[in-house]
Amino acid sequence: MPEPLVFDLSKKGRKGYTLNDLDVPEKNLDELIPSELLRSEPARLPEIGESEAMRHFVRLSNMNHHVDKSLYPLGSCTMKYNPKVNENNAVLPGFTGVHPKQPETSVQGCLEVVYKVENILKEVTGLKGVTSQPAAGSHGEFTGIMLMRKYHEVKGNERNVILIPDSAHGTNPSSVIIAGYSVKEVKSNEKGTIGLEDFRAKLTDDVAGIMITNPNTLGIFECDIAQIADMLHEKDALLYMDGANLNALLGILKPGDLGVDILHINLHKTFSTPHGGGGPGSGPVAVSEKLVDFLPVPAVRKTDHGYNLEYDNPNSIGKIHGFYGNFGILVRALTYMEMLGKRGMRRVSENAILNANYLLSLLKDYYKLEYDSPVMHEFVVSSQWQKEKGIRTLDIAKSLLDFGFHAPTTYFPLIVKEALMIEPTETEAKEVLDCFAEAMKEINEYVDKNPEKLKHAPYNTPVRRLDEVKATKELNVKYKFPEDEE
Amino acid sequence: MPYIPNSDEDRKEMMDALGISKIEELFSNIPEKHLITDDWMEYPGKSEQAIVKEIREIAGKNNVENISFLGGGAYDHYVPAMVNHVISRSEFYTAYTPYQPEVSQGTLQAIFEYQTMICELTGMDVSNASLYDGASAIAEAALLITGHTKKKKVIIASSIPSNYKKVFSTYSKGGKYEIVEVSCDDGLIDRDQLKGLLKDDAAGLVVQYPNYFGNIENLTELSEIVHEAGGLMIVSANPIALAILKSPGECGVDIVTGEGQVLGNDMNWGGPYLGIFAAKKELIRKMPGRIIGKTEDVDGKQGFVLSLQTREQHIRREKATSNICTNQGLIALKAVVYMTLMGKVGIKEVAKQCMQKAHYLSDKICAIPGFKMKFDKPFFHEFVISCPKRAEEICDRMLDDDIYAGIPLDDIGDSNAILIAVTEQRTKDEMDYFAEKLRKL
Repeated sequence: MPEPLVFDLSKKGRKGYTLNDLDVPEKNLDELIPSELLRSEPARLPEIGESEAMRHFVRLSNMNHHVDKSLYPLGSCTMKYNPKVNENNAVLPGFTGVHPKQPETSVQGCLEVVYKVENILKEVTGLKGVTSQPAAGSHGEFTGIMLMRKYHEVKGNERNVILIPDSAHGTNPSSVIIAGYSVKEVKSNEKGTIGLEDFRAKLTDDVAGIMITNPNTLGIFECDIAQIADMLHEKDALLYMDGANLNALLGILKPGDLGVDILHINLHKTFSTPHGGGGPGSGPVAVSEKLVDFLPVPAVRKTDHGYNLEYDNPNSIGKIHGFYGNFGILVRALTYMEMLGKRGMRRVSENAILNANYLLSLLKDYYKLEYDSPVMHEFVVSSQWQKEKGIRTLDIAKSLLDFGFHAPTTYFPLIVKEALMIEPTETEAKEVLDCFAEAMKEINEYVDKNPEKLKHAPYNTPVRRLDEVKATKELNVKYKFPEDEE
Repeated sequence: MPYIPNSDEDRKEMMDALGISKIEELFSNIPEKHLITDDWMEYPGKSEQAIVKEIREIAGKNNVENISFLGGGAYDHYVPAMVNHVISRSEFYTAYTPYQPEVSQGTLQAIFEYQTMICELTGMDVSNASLYDGASAIAEAALLITGHTKKKKVIIASSIPSNYKKVFSTYSKGGKYEIVEVSCDDGLIDRDQLKGLLKDDAAGLVVQYPNYFGNIENLTELSEIVHEAGGLMIVSANPIALAILKSPGECGVDIVTGEGQVLGNDMNWGGPYLGIFAAKKELIRKMPGRIIGKTEDVDGKQGFVLSLQTREQHIRREKATSNICTNQGLIALKAVVYMTLMGKVGIKEVAKQCMQKAHYLSDKICAIPGFKMKFDKPFFHEFVISCPKRAEEICDRMLDDDIYAGIPLDDIGDSNAILIAVTEQRTKDEMDYFAEKLRKL
């Protein structure tokens, strides 16, 4: 039985809330507000008791795969374990009850959290300034590109192009467009890294900068990045590093030492704040010396009299979040970062790299490795061998669900056909990796033994393979109330 | 080492399998000069005990005990206990964007229910699965209407919150839209000025509902004016107010955005919040963010998937409708649980209590000599008081009596004005106490 929609569980007169009685004299509504401004029909929210509502949401939750249950090897998403102490700290009433417009003297704790997070991020990245205002990675990208724009504007540089490698995340080009630039693509070479020749050819005078993910989406370290930085700086162009894969670099190197000018960091990836079924994340941006002046306002400063919010900065790109960003996420990240310390951070990256390389060694005889370069914390294999026998990446992904694993990222990066992008993270034990590899091998055996089985997977999931074409063609994006049916 | 399950022995086995003796061999392709040297290893980290103590101490430095009349885009509503129980389930908070719908039906169905409830409150045809916050949501709406109408000018009411204006302005620097402001000198949009601005080829109008001053615009009239000039109408609404105010959909509005913090989310010093985004159905293919659609599995069983993904950045790249990737999934879940529990009747009751109490307090304050309403317009649960002294001074003085009196409106150029908000959380006693302290100033 499918779980009914909450509207189908609703019955007139049922109630899931209590409220205090109104303790002021009640006036007629239309005495307060002219009736033409009032709603004629109530919003049809459900009427349901708390126990029934709780069961509905618990039954829904039972249909989800999640990290606390088993491996979630989505490449570039860094689905690592989320420590529970982070959650406890983030919901302390001293944080959750703070109104964003309270006076500075009454929010010293919040300001201290921001200050500490930004300082640790400076240390980790080797960069000079940090803003924690962006609410997500893509928001950080937009912020970073706006910083780049401001830099060129102030210097009077006329630039309108940003270079992006063909292996980049889709958010990179779309962020660039919203920030008012156009995109030029740089081709990867046979090693899976940025082709220096192509880069050189495209580095024309109208280039504002480049966005590079490092390690890139193939999990390969861009070993020419420092040279690329030098070439850019010679033309007063900037190096933006997409920090989606920072989990590979903690304590190993500081992006600032490579010549990076702008870097966004996904706290929900590297610093273990939960992904929440798709947010909220947090996407702080770190910058080199020459961009510090342009960071968003307000900035958090430490003074002799405590912390304050500094709004006065005529060079700033302005505000990019309604208030100060996803503060609750910063509390989680601070807890995690301070618990690890620097030593722990290095261990995180070392183990992430070891886990990925170990898992790759178990898989590479069965799945094609398109670029045989050393990988860091994630890797991309391909189902091209299986495809020749009629089994697609999609079938392999769906089959993995029956083994109790989430599938890897599929069909990405675009430069690998039938891609399976796998990131185990450091929080998986060896035997989990062994088990996952066994599942992948068994699926590969089925490609010859019983391909039909794979084509119709999954079998043991709450629903079976879903018709995504129907969802787009016969668009149905909200509940149809019986009274609305024609 | 916390959160790393493998032991040294496990690592040795793995390294043996890889034929290496040190993990460093795995990143030997990084030029040595870039590698961090040993000083990084000096800091040992902290125990769970120690970090709990430290963070508690930091939280203790915030003052959350005062009686608060702060609003301006974030409001202190009661959050039923069940809301946090649901979102604290690992099944929800440790999952990710539902890329594999067969094992993500919980998240998908909950968001489908969220979309429906947002449509009900706003009167729109379609809602997305959420954006970052109320401020960036209007910027996304502006990008949509300028793309749709191929006109660059977006008119904003000067009565949208000042922090929203700032974010809106930052986004405009990308060159996708230009901002013109229509004034609201008497607390509501100046119609004549609006008509004048519309003549000059505008993509549309952005209105706050109720506006920053708490006043309620007549959206039906505004929509007519905007549509007549060929523009689109964007309303940034407070979803609690929509429980009793005429829905933007009823008024002919094209896009509704809003701050969803009020739907079951704590104030959290400004984030994470919830950007609401809903629209008429003809705009669906231009909407930013995720949209969940209903479909069937191979056995004909009901199921939900990410729909219309071809609008999105991971497929469309530079041609995408927005760069939004993740959204505020868990906060949208809070909202749907809150709306479910409060339900059809409860959400109206919350709205009603806010409004009744706000009117009670405004009457009380206006009875004090020297204090009066700055605007004489219908308002919801927030209002502007003109004070006999500088608002900032009054707010400072009130701190001594453990009151957050409101937001001084210096940023709209009136240093004697204060914006006061009242929710169902404030009691008559608290309001009487506040009024008494104001009287004694």
